[in-house]
Amino acid sequence: MVILFYIHRPRPRKRFFGMKIHEYQARELFRNEGIPLPSGSLCGTPEEAKRSAEEIGKPVVVKAQILVAGRGKAGGVKMAQNPSEAYEIAKNLLGAVIKGIRVDSVLVVEAVKSQKELYLGFTVDRARRKIALIASSEGGIDLEELARTKPEKIFRREINPIIGLHHFEARDAAFSIGLSEKNANEFTSICLKIYNIFKSIDADLVESNPLAISSTTGSLVALDARITLDDNAMFRHPEYKQMDEELAPLEREAQQQGLAFVQLDGDIGIIGNGAGLVMATLDVVAYFGGKPANFLDMGGGSRADDVHKAVKICLEQQNLKAVFVNILGGITKCDEVAIGLVRALSESKVKVPFTVRMVGTNEEQGRKILAEYKIEYLDSMETAAQSVVKLAHEARS
Amino acid sequence: MLEYGTRVVAGVTPGKLGERVDRVPVYDSVRQAITEHAEINASIIFVPAAYTSDAVYEAIDSGIKLVVTITEHVPVQDSLQFINYARDKGVTVIGPNCPGLISPSESKVGIMPGHIFSKGDIGMVSRSGTLTYEIAWVLTRAGLGQSTAVGIGGDPIIGRDVLEVVDMFENDPGTRAIVIIGEIGGDAEERLAARIRQKGMRKPMVSFIAGRQAPAGKRMGHAGAIISMGAGTADSKIEALESAGVGVAQLPSDIPTLIKNALASK
Repeated sequence: MVILFYIHRPRPRKRFFGMKIHEYQARELFRNEGIPLPSGSLCGTPEEAKRSAEEIGKPVVVKAQILVAGRGKAGGVKMAQNPSEAYEIAKNLLGAVIKGIRVDSVLVVEAVKSQKELYLGFTVDRARRKIALIASSEGGIDLEELARTKPEKIFRREINPIIGLHHFEARDAAFSIGLSEKNANEFTSICLKIYNIFKSIDADLVESNPLAISSTTGSLVALDARITLDDNAMFRHPEYKQMDEELAPLEREAQQQGLAFVQLDGDIGIIGNGAGLVMATLDVVAYFGGKPANFLDMGGGSRADDVHKAVKICLEQQNLKAVFVNILGGITKCDEVAIGLVRALSESKVKVPFTVRMVGTNEEQGRKILAEYKIEYLDSMETAAQSVVKLAHEARS
Repeated sequence: MLEYGTRVVAGVTPGKLGERVDRVPVYDSVRQAITEHAEINASIIFVPAAYTSDAVYEAIDSGIKLVVTITEHVPVQDSLQFINYARDKGVTVIGPNCPGLISPSESKVGIMPGHIFSKGDIGMVSRSGTLTYEIAWVLTRAGLGQSTAVGIGGDPIIGRDVLEVVDMFENDPGTRAIVIIGEIGGDAEERLAARIRQKGMRKPMVSFIAGRQAPAGKRMGHAGAIISMGAGTADSKIEALESAGVGVAQLPSDIPTLIKNALASK
């Protein structure tokens, strides 16, 4: 094969982690596009909540602004008939901890009575490599739930990302879910606007559930706005860069250092290069009776510094009985790994037995370094997994 | 790649015209490189994520028919656009976020450590880079060489998926059996299983699925590796593949035995 390689000068490696954005942020994007929303505002104190409810002059909904699923069921969304009720609810919610997360602000919005609740959303269709437009006449419940119970009520259409969403496609969705002409026109317009948001903000998902037909006006209004951004596109939207509130403190630290790290509940630390290999390492350790303490992927092409950081993060975990370092070098060089490992281990005060498995690019050089420092290494992942399980077992007893 | 015998004839880095990397000349643009080297028929892209789509379009518009995209962290909307564009132009994109491909002892357009692979008749298709090396290492030690290994990439949107590469292996006279290396997230393995149940398979297939221990809702390194709302679990993939007659290995070291048994019973 005759090939051409295409390369830019290497740049510092940087990772961004995007995610769900807050409802009030999603509402702002909806408002900027001109999508009808119930009036309301973001409040940081009970007094603000009261004032907001007074301005609205109707019953309101007080919604905790936290990035967790199932916030409603956990008591984070409540109705208030009047401003003093809004004050009381906001007072109880602000500072409260819901599903482990502290509520710092609430959204106070008009409680709109609806004659019908619809679903409208855009997401990425992995299998077809297109954008999926999803609509339903049965909104207000979880889409997954609806897909299970009434799949025939879900309208789905592939949108070609190159030509984008066209009016006829949006109209097709509107008529397919049985809207009247007036509502269908509104729906088509909202559909195009949500698609614009989906594209311009680099979303993985934009949905309004429910998108309601108001009983008072008979017109469509987006009662909820939910947006998940693509982690990889955060460099284009730095204003939305925020920490995932659901992360454990150590996971947050690892994230800041650019490591893919997930804490589990076992006692064997796992470090490796490449997501698939690290996942397989967890599985193999568990197969031999060990309990992984974490998932830690250093990624491809790690230098000694990255390895050093990874080992340090891993060793910050409490109750570790043993650590398994599993390296199969492609663009990651074994000698770099060895240097980082030696440095981290000589600095560390934590005395935990290590098992190292190292194969691949520059393995001879890497092994020489490990041998100099009397760090043992193995060839096979499975032998190494058995060895680390045994070490952990001995340390436990 | 040069060491492995791949004929790397040109490099492109804007502003670096006239330089050489390992004796390979560097050009400012793909068009320039192609003018000088009309024999170019593939491109491998290592540019940072923010510039990847630009590099892919440049390769496609210069008439290159195989574009291997190694870069990790490419925005999904970019991949969606250039992958659809490539398909319309009849161009094969592999990746992004992949190790590339290798036909042992013949050619390598990728970043895998060549010495782990050996020539043979097992086709490998994988969503993961280093796990591909792991399993190639196991196969090689068991005396099972590989026809071609394709790292399709760990992203949600990729140029060629498991089903398409399995099709290519089924039509490849040099491949006798296929190893499918999957992981949690998405439903590619389930779709493959459904197709096998419907249409059968011409060549024995064996699989390994990573992520049995992965908790739901957590992204395990790869952007594509996340179990959401109970879908895309290792269990659902393993069950689907097994019910379609694909042997699923619990350990990588079980794969050679599964392949040998499957070949013997064919």
